[in-house]
Amino acid sequence: MKTLAFAWRYLWSRPLGATLNVLLLSLGLASITFLLLVAHQLGRAFDRDLAGIDVVVGAKGSPMQLILSGVLHIDVPTGNIPLKAVQELKKNPLVAGVIPISLGDNLQGFRIVGTSLDYVRHYQATVAQGALWTQPMQAVLGATTAAKLQLGLGATFVGAHGLGAGGHAHGDSTYTVVGILQPSGSVLDRLVLTDSASVWKVHEDFTALDAEDRKLMEEDREVTLALVQYTTPMAAMSFPRWVNTTTDMQAAAPALEITRLLKILGLGTDVLRAFAGVLLLTAALSVFIALWSAVRERRGDLALLRMLGASPGKVAALLLCEALWLGLLAAALGLLLGQGFAAALAWFLQLDNSLLIGGMVWPPELAVVPCLALGVSVGAALLPALGAYRVSVLELLQSR
Amino acid sequence: MIQTQSLTYSYPGGTTLAFPDVGIQQGSVLLLSGPSGCGKSTWLALVAALVAPTSGEITVAGQALQGRKKTATDAWRARAIGFLPQKLHLSAALTVQQNLAMAQWAAGTPQDDARIQTALRALGVQELADRLPAQLSGGQAQRVALARAVLLQPQVLLADEPTASLDDEAAADAVALLLHTAQYRGATLVIATHDARVAALIPSGSEGQIGFRPLKLLRQQLQNA
Repeated sequence: MKTLAFAWRYLWSRPLGATLNVLLLSLGLASITFLLLVAHQLGRAFDRDLAGIDVVVGAKGSPMQLILSGVLHIDVPTGNIPLKAVQELKKNPLVAGVIPISLGDNLQGFRIVGTSLDYVRHYQATVAQGALWTQPMQAVLGATTAAKLQLGLGATFVGAHGLGAGGHAHGDSTYTVVGILQPSGSVLDRLVLTDSASVWKVHEDFTALDAEDRKLMEEDREVTLALVQYTTPMAAMSFPRWVNTTTDMQAAAPALEITRLLKILGLGTDVLRAFAGVLLLTAALSVFIALWSAVRERRGDLALLRMLGASPGKVAALLLCEALWLGLLAAALGLLLGQGFAAALAWFLQLDNSLLIGGMVWPPELAVVPCLALGVSVGAALLPALGAYRVSVLELLQSR
Repeated sequence: MIQTQSLTYSYPGGTTLAFPDVGIQQGSVLLLSGPSGCGKSTWLALVAALVAPTSGEITVAGQALQGRKKTATDAWRARAIGFLPQKLHLSAALTVQQNLAMAQWAAGTPQDDARIQTALRALGVQELADRLPAQLSGGQAQRVALARAVLLQPQVLLADEPTASLDDEAAADAVALLLHTAQYRGATLVIATHDARVAALIPSGSEGQIGFRPLKLLRQQLQNA
């Protein structure tokens, strides 16, 4: 304990140098922390939101866009597909279930999703207050949506056109909040759910010129996409090809698209990881220089410790403990900074209600950060510690 | 007591020093005088078991220094040897109190604040306990360093050039302080110095003074056998 206490005092006898070293090391560790947090939370979000969805069928376009917009709700959809075509999908023997998703409106930036009750059941969400919808123009709010908008049961609202805040309001079509979901940690938390018929009604009310026009629109109703579950995993071999070649729709497999997305993201994270590595290397060099200088400056003090009875190992341990302190402080600061970076990113993403990432999450992977901090700092201190170990008392006596 | 017999030490460069035999009783004073480079510091290092002699035997405070394990030697040095270096090497990062606590840490003994206070009080610097070395005068710093040297009540007190850079009055004070401290604690005092004033400052034959004899160490160039 005393060794740590003396090492602490020695460390802070050079406050500027110690602070700069801690900061330098912390920045590298914060970058690593940030990467680990983002990777962990993205992976968790993908696992959670994509679970049980074998394929997504939507309008032709980018398959990744289809997945991001229809499942994770962080992109705009590729277009709409006919309701009839979706109903045809249900007849396919390879299909166990189809969940329609209709997008197009938002409530202060939170997406209004027209769907069926199967969508709620799929994510095993439970109702915290009220009940699920039983008729059009009833809305059920995700937990985050309700908390952010401070809407309770019985509240009414009108949706705005588009997926981001600020669109034209559908003033004549009022929704009523009939239920609020328990937080599930899934994408449902940040959505406004309603029956598909609500979305059709709002847009038919808004665009239909007369009764005849409305009737035509009813016949040509559309949804944005359909989440499909297979009856057998073997369906993955033939069903997407069947959709892509025989219909005007496209089928996108979430697993494939997310793998592709992670590969693309991987290029970015590789650059960030390399940057963090350079920062850590720089920090290691800085710690080495600081401790090497400390040994040179304190050569006499260290030799005197030998004269006072300290073993060479004890003298070297004093140097290593200084490095240990640097590592511990940098690890703590790095973890907090990394959490701060992730929280800042979450704050930016929350602006369009696409929250997948947040700060103050402590996945077990973060244990690597203090290990890395101690490895770098103590590793950088090995040579200076060896210098301290070998310090010559005879030189002290002979120096004048 | 300190006894040496047929003591030689070879430096890595090939120079070998041969030292005269020494035999002094516990509580006496030994003055090592001679010009710089004559081997005074090496003799101190040999007596403190910081380096091993090339040949010869050393007995300090009743312990033969040859053939001991390094860890046992370090522990013995902490208890038996007090050291006052020319450059005092008080750690600038630590207060006076902490500098003495560090001596206890180096010796592997538990921190004993009462003993630290007693050592500082004995040298009249107890009120400086919370100061940093940079806040001390030269004389105060030397007293603190001396308190550190005698903190663990060593049987031998080694002082290396204690009067260097001091004016006559300060030099007299420093030597008197060393003599008083060693005598008070019953320690053998060895002063290594090239300062000719020191010999005159030691009261030869005064009551309680057991023995003092200047020792000239001659440098010899010996061929490696």
